[in-house]
Amino acid sequence: MSFDNAYESLLGHEDAHWAFGTGFSEALSGVNREFPAGVDRDDLAAYCLMLGDDALIFSQRLSEWCSRAPELEEDIALANIALDLLGQARMLLTRAGEVLGKSEDELAYLRDEREFRNVHLAEIDCGPGPGGDFGTTIARLLVFSTWRLALFSRLRGSADPVLAAVAEKGLKEIAYHRDHAAQWTVRLGDGTDESHRRMQAGLERVWPFVDELFATHAVEARLAGVAVDPASVRSEVDGVLDAVLSAAGLQRPADTKAARVAGMAGRDGVHTEAMGFLLAELQHLHRSLPGAVW
Amino acid sequence: MADDLELRFERTVQADSRIEPRDWMPDGYRKTLIRQIAQHAHSEIIGMQPEGNWISRAPSLRRKAILLAKVQDEAGHGLYLYSATETLGADREDLTTKLIEGRQKYSSIFNYPTLTFADVGVIGWLVDGAAICNQVPLCRTSYGPYARAMIRICKEESFHQRQGYELLMTMMRGTQQQKDMVQDSVNRWWWPALMMFGPPDSESTNTEQSMAWRIKRDTNDELRQKFVNMSVPQAEALGVTFPDPELKWNEERGQYDFGAPDWDEFWQVVKGGGVCNEQRIAHRRKAHEDGSWVREAAAAHAQKHAQKEGAA
Repeated sequence: MSFDNAYESLLGHEDAHWAFGTGFSEALSGVNREFPAGVDRDDLAAYCLMLGDDALIFSQRLSEWCSRAPELEEDIALANIALDLLGQARMLLTRAGEVLGKSEDELAYLRDEREFRNVHLAEIDCGPGPGGDFGTTIARLLVFSTWRLALFSRLRGSADPVLAAVAEKGLKEIAYHRDHAAQWTVRLGDGTDESHRRMQAGLERVWPFVDELFATHAVEARLAGVAVDPASVRSEVDGVLDAVLSAAGLQRPADTKAARVAGMAGRDGVHTEAMGFLLAELQHLHRSLPGAVW
Repeated sequence: MADDLELRFERTVQADSRIEPRDWMPDGYRKTLIRQIAQHAHSEIIGMQPEGNWISRAPSLRRKAILLAKVQDEAGHGLYLYSATETLGADREDLTTKLIEGRQKYSSIFNYPTLTFADVGVIGWLVDGAAICNQVPLCRTSYGPYARAMIRICKEESFHQRQGYELLMTMMRGTQQQKDMVQDSVNRWWWPALMMFGPPDSESTNTEQSMAWRIKRDTNDELRQKFVNMSVPQAEALGVTFPDPELKWNEERGQYDFGAPDWDEFWQVVKGGGVCNEQRIAHRRKAHEDGSWVREAAAAHAQKHAQKEGAA
């Protein structure tokens, strides 16, 4: 590329000039997209929405840190994690959309709150808003990525070839997310009195939302061989969290759990008060201009 | 002795060779570079805010990913540039303090607000475009680490510019509301983009010495003209107009004639009177101050770790 003309190649469409892909279908190119025999497609779509919404909503939260992180390097790292999760969300929403006859954007922007299937842990405000700080954000990232890593490592064996491929690709990403969170947990737990106190407070803030992660939903129970039963990863997740907290000199919070509402929680589309505001922000522009192309 | 060093420095610069961190350089050269590179780094960091303003509301997941990656790149550019100042003996923490205390400047363009999603595209096309015109010559600037950082930054900026233009192209194929949104955005950003090249040569105080040291390679007015010449055909291809009644092709000069930006507005914004000056600095200051306990913790942990290793 010549640097004497800033506009060179602006009108051309040679993809070689693009430094990174903005699409994502390449990531799963060559993967068999046929639905496995004997699997209820509506259940498969619901399950893809569960894992996809977890990633989409948590990515939305993490990107709130953009330009607000404690250090430039951390700003970049959190944006990276948000981008990885957004990429996972797009693949999973697209898979759900293949069953439901909808695009990723229709699913992300035109569903109402009760149709979102993400766990509460993904949606609560853990900072930089008033709901937390960097310590709370790291506590959530530690729990979320430890849990998701355990799920994805088993999901690689899913009977659905797309879910298996998403898991295979996502595994490396999430392993980095968990490592990043674990390193910060240790740094903050060990660093100063203030960082220790804040990190412990962050754990206390997110802990009531941990139990929901391991509750088996009816859809997951019906999708044996396709979905991972989250109850099956609990002891592994507990073991990892205990090891990190111990290395950080932090206390595992008491096992308090947030109460369900009429027996329902995020997987059933029943969310916290924070969710409506999050979706209002995420969806308003798309909904304001029906028929627009982006 | 000092004369020898100075002579060697002058010869290196005149020969278009690079000055490297361990080479002798005049104090004025060092100070000018630190000021210029720091100002550029600050611009990248403050520039994250106007576009970051739209990440949460991006109207498609693809655009959200593109925008988040772009703003992330800007943080990366800030990092390269702060690192380049460190090769001259500056310190990132100190420069950040100067920024949030208002003792060092950043590009005034970022004191304008981003009011619609079209602004994301127009910033990519015109603001990044103007930045590239300013920065391309810096890939040949006399200070090695700065020149090398600029090569990488220009490549990424070209990519951003292309993405911005592609967003506008897409919007111009959309609904009338979208087309109006793009034109409105161009109307708001055109003059501030022209102001990015700095005051007219007749009023620019830093140009002459910087040209002699080959820190700077073209004058403000030369670059501004080049930018106008390149942008007009782009606007035509897009189907938008620039808000300048004096803009027309001059056959004799082989260039476009164009009107003068409102330099009173320029100076007003530079001096702190823009819509977003206070907000941008307050945002940066809050991020820096809210993060201080985290940076302290990381430093304390590293120190304890080093002590343990030393004891073992």
